[in-house]
Amino acid sequence: MYALNYVRPGSLAEAAKLLAAHPEAKLLGGGMTLVPTLKQRLAKPSHLVDITQLPELHGIRAAKGRLEIGAATKHHDVATSSMVRRAVPALAYLAGLIGDPQVRNLGTLGGSVANNDPAADYPAAVLGLAATIVTNKREIAADDYFQGLFATALEEGEIIVRVVFPVPKRAAYAKFPHPASGYAMAGVFVARTGEGMRVAVTGAGPGVFRWREAEAALAKSLRPAALEGVALDAAELNEDIHASREYRANLVRVMAKRALGKLSGRK
Amino acid sequence: MARVTLTVNGVKHTKTVEDRTLLVNFLRDELGLTGTHIGCDTSQCGCCTVHVNGRAVKSCSVLAVQVNGAEIVTIEGMAKKGKLHPIQRAFSECHGLQCGFCTPGMIMATAGLLRDRPNPTEEEIIHGLEGNLCRCTGYINIVKAVKMSAKLLRGRRHG
Ligand SMILES: Cc1cc2nc3c(=O)[nH]c(=O)nc-3n(C[C@H](O)[C@H](O)[C@H](O)COP(=O)(O)OP(=O)(O)OC[C@H]3O[C@@H](n4cnc5c(N)ncnc54)[C@H](O)[C@@H]3O)c2cc1C
Ligand code: FES
Ligand code: FES
Repeated sequence: MYALNYVRPGSLAEAAKLLAAHPEAKLLGGGMTLVPTLKQRLAKPSHLVDITQLPELHGIRAAKGRLEIGAATKHHDVATSSMVRRAVPALAYLAGLIGDPQVRNLGTLGGSVANNDPAADYPAAVLGLAATIVTNKREIAADDYFQGLFATALEEGEIIVRVVFPVPKRAAYAKFPHPASGYAMAGVFVARTGEGMRVAVTGAGPGVFRWREAEAALAKSLRPAALEGVALDAAELNEDIHASREYRANLVRVMAKRALGKLSGRK
Repeated sequence: MARVTLTVNGVKHTKTVEDRTLLVNFLRDELGLTGTHIGCDTSQCGCCTVHVNGRAVKSCSVLAVQVNGAEIVTIEGMAKKGKLHPIQRAFSECHGLQCGFCTPGMIMATAGLLRDRPNPTEEEIIHGLEGNLCRCTGYINIVKAVKMSAKLLRGRRHG
């Protein structure tokens, strides 16, 4: 790791000021992605601005059909929160599948959503539930936020403060984890919302995406069989040493069916 | 440089270290607590697992300054007055180790797992140790040791 300066601002405004004053500074969440990157010398920030203790980034609240989760909330705390379990049990379930216990004890919602790893779990829930990403500057709809491989709508120096999830009628997540890394080879988040069905896919493509053909098919029937034959362009999916495009396309369909199976069961 | 104060196994230590110092290096190099191992150094193997304010973390992936002020428990803090901790006893009795390199991390991860789930199923044990790799045992006896640990700790709690 290159030498750097660690700073812990006392407020969101101070954090923003630090980022503005030091163009080579980087935000530090749980560090579960960033610290390993620094150890490999793949990044050379002048400052690490630790935002995990800012009160503005904490708290889980449920009210008026919305579930709000502070960006510094750890995966473990989402997985075990009774409020999350009541409002959107699929989200608590998803958080409990991320990495391993040690990673869940440090990694944060904001860090995961900012990083937008193509195989990360949270992006599927954020997009599948049509959540809103609230930053220190504005509110961004999930449909506008995710922009492919590690790319997001975040601007330089923009800080995710919280994520607001509209509570769905029902939702479910099914993930096929890579057996070694635990990241999703394919993960499908299915939600029945006031505005219809949403199907978000992670792990399989260069970034999280909505499977619109499946959403259209599910508008007619919620049975898993409704997904038979629904188009999914394998050419758009990832191909690497772990799996071919065709294999991933099949995994997406199987995970989507599993998620639907859960959807029709208990909430 | 950063002035870092940590309470490690009940004893307060203050050291001035570089900001980039990892918690595992703080423990091993500054405090001489070499029971916490470095296996992969890439946050995969869990050998370096310690507890920070009661939660298991991989100390190779955390800066010491990031946890400034925290309470840390390492493998050296598990045995009390020369008596093995029940989890250590269980690993020894169930032969939950061969070379022993992964064992400090396994024991700290087990302690974390059993705090959250005092009575885990076999599946919960396997899921709960997903952050720890062992190149020797094949895990069978590790799972046995966790089951025995749970039993010993439950007995201790009730009696
Ligand atoms: C062994 C291992 C297994 C893992 N398995 C999985 C898995 O199965 N599924 C999965 O989804 N993830 C997995 N992860 C990643 C994990 O979820 C990370 O916690 C997450 O990607 C990053 O969160 P963090 O809080 O640690 O962020 P950091 O590593 O601290 O930061 C990541 C990036 O986000 C930026 N950032 C952090 N917080 C904010 C904010 N509030 N606003 C704006 N930018 C911010 C940082 O500047 C940095 O660029 C795994 C990680 C490890 C080490
Ligand atoms: S040395 Fe920390 S996880 Fe392997
Ligand atoms: S006992 Fe040798 S690595 Fe686990």
